[in-house]
Amino acid sequence: MVSFAAVAKHYPGGQQALKDVTFSLEPGEMVFMTGRSGAGKSTLLKLIPAIERPTAGSVIVNGQNVGALKRSAVPYLRRNIGLVFQDQKLLYDRSVYDNVMLPLSFSAHPAKEAARRARAALDKVGLLARERANPIQLSGGEQQRVAIARAVVNRPGLLVADEPTANLDAESAARILDIFVAFHQVGVTVVIATHDEGLVSRYGKRVLRLDAGRLA
Amino acid sequence: MRAWLRHHREALWAGLRRLSYLNAIVVGIALALPTGGYAVLESLRPAGARLALEPRISLFLEPELRRADAEALGKRLSADPRVETVRFVPREDALKEMSAIQGLSEVIAALGRNPLPDAFVVTTRQDIAAELGKLPGVAYVQADAVWARRLAAAAAVVELGLSLLTLLLGAALVAVTFNTIRLQILTRRDEIEVSKLLGATDAFIGRPFYYLGFLQGIVGGVVALALVAVALALLNREVATLAESYGSNFRVGFLPTLEALGALLGAGVLGWMGARLSVRRHLRAIEPS
Ligand SMILES: Nc1ncnc2c1ncn2[C@@H]1O[C@H](COP(=O)(O)OP(=O)(O)OP(=O)(O)O)[C@@H](O)[C@H]1O
Ligand SMILES: [Mg+2]
Repeated sequence: MVSFAAVAKHYPGGQQALKDVTFSLEPGEMVFMTGRSGAGKSTLLKLIPAIERPTAGSVIVNGQNVGALKRSAVPYLRRNIGLVFQDQKLLYDRSVYDNVMLPLSFSAHPAKEAARRARAALDKVGLLARERANPIQLSGGEQQRVAIARAVVNRPGLLVADEPTANLDAESAARILDIFVAFHQVGVTVVIATHDEGLVSRYGKRVLRLDAGRLA
Repeated sequence: MRAWLRHHREALWAGLRRLSYLNAIVVGIALALPTGGYAVLESLRPAGARLALEPRISLFLEPELRRADAEALGKRLSADPRVETVRFVPREDALKEMSAIQGLSEVIAALGRNPLPDAFVVTTRQDIAAELGKLPGVAYVQADAVWARRLAAAAAVVELGLSLLTLLLGAALVAVTFNTIRLQILTRRDEIEVSKLLGATDAFIGRPFYYLGFLQGIVGGVVALALVAVALALLNREVATLAESYGSNFRVGFLPTLEALGALLGAGVLGWMGARLSVRRHLRAIEPS
C-alpha cells in the first residue's frame, strides 16, 4: 500500500528533516507514527500525498512512485487518500455539510449520491445533527471530527492523519481514535501521527518511532 | 459526460455569483466609446461614398460671355475624354430655381436684373477642376470632389483613431479582468489551497474564473450597447431637426445585429483572455504545504 525506501527529505535552506527512512505498510494495517516535536512526523506524512517530494529515495503509494509523479497526476492520487491535517484546514465561510461536500464537488458523483455520502460520513463521526452549523461554532474535538468526515467522504483506501488528537482532552482524543479504529476494522489502511505515546500504547498497534528524522 | 456538464454548469453559476456589476459597468463605459464611434462612422459611410463617387464640378461663366461662345465651350468640354457628362444651366433657369426658394424671390425681385451667370455642371473621371478653371470664359470653378476627398480623408483618420482606441481599450479590458481575477483568487486563497489538497485539478479550480472573465466581458458589452443605444436616440433627435432643414431623412443607425453580437462576443473573449492569463499566473502560485 505504502512503502518508503531510503527516503531523505531536505528542506531548501533548512536542515535534514528525514534521513534514510525505510518501512512499508500492508493493506488494511493501522500504524502510529510517534516522535518529539520536530522529529519529522508531518514531513513524512506529507510525502504520501505528494505535498512534499523526497530529496532522495522512493515513496510508493498504490504502486505509484509519488516522488516522480507529474504535477497533473497529483490530484488523482490525492482523491484516493483521506487526509486529516494538523491544522484541520476547514473552511469557515460555509457550513459543516458544505465542508464535507467539497471533495465530492470535483469528482464525478451525481448530486444525490454525493449528498447521501456526505450525510453518511457526518453520521459516522456523530455530527449529522450539526450539519447546518458553521465549523467555528463547534468545539475543537468536533471540528476535528468534521475534518475526518471530509477525509473519508470519498471512501479512500488509505487514511493519513496528522496529530488528530492534539489539544484535546483524553476523552475526546479517545473518541477520535475510536473513529479511526472503526475505519481500520472495515479494511482501511490508517496512519496516525501523534506525540502522545501513552494514548498509543492502549491500542496495541504497530508504532513507528521517529527521532530527529530517523526511524528508531 | 454528465459530470462534465454539471461541473461546467456549477462553474458558470459560481462565475455569475462572483461577478462584480460595478466592474462590468466600468468595462461597458470603456467599450461604449469605440462602439458608438463605429455606429456613427458606419452611418456616414454611404453618404460619403455617394459624394466620392460623383465628383461634380460647377463652372460659372463670365457674365458678359455670349451664348455662342458658351456653346463652343460646351462642345470642347464634351470632347474631352476625361469628362463624363456635361449639363448646361442657363442663367434664366438658375434664376427660376433660386426664386423657388422661399425668401429669396423678394431679394431677386429687388435686384431688378438677373445677377446669375450661365454655368456648366460637369462630372469627370479625374480631378481636373483646376485645369477647367483656366479655360477661356470660365470665371469661377467649384469642385465638390475636393469636399468628397476631404471627407473621405477625415473619415479615414477617424477610423484609424477608432481602431487605435479599440485596441487600447481591448487591452484595458484584458488588464481589468486580469486584476479582477487576481483579487478573486487572493480572497479565495484558503478555499483554493484546501481544494488542491483534497484532489481538485487546476482546471476545476480555474473554471469559475474563466466563466467570470467571459461573463464580465459579455455584461460589459451589453452595458456598452445599451449606452450607445441611449446616446444615439438622444443624438438622433438633434440630427433629425438638422437633416430635415436640408430635406434629408438621415439618421445615425444602431450597429447591425451581426456586428453588435460580434462586439459582445469579442468583449467576452477578451475577458476570457484576461482570466486565463491571471489564472495561469496566480493559481499556480498557490501551492499548499
Ligand atoms: N516547510 C519547511 N521548510 C523548512 N523546514 C521545515 C519545513 N517544514 C518542516 N521543517 C523542518 O523540518 C523538521 C521536521 O518538521 P516536521 O513538521 O516534520 O516535524 P513534526 O514531527 O511534525 O513536529 P510537530 O510535532 O511539532 O508537528 C523541523 O526541524 C522543521 O523545522
Ligand atoms: Mg507535525
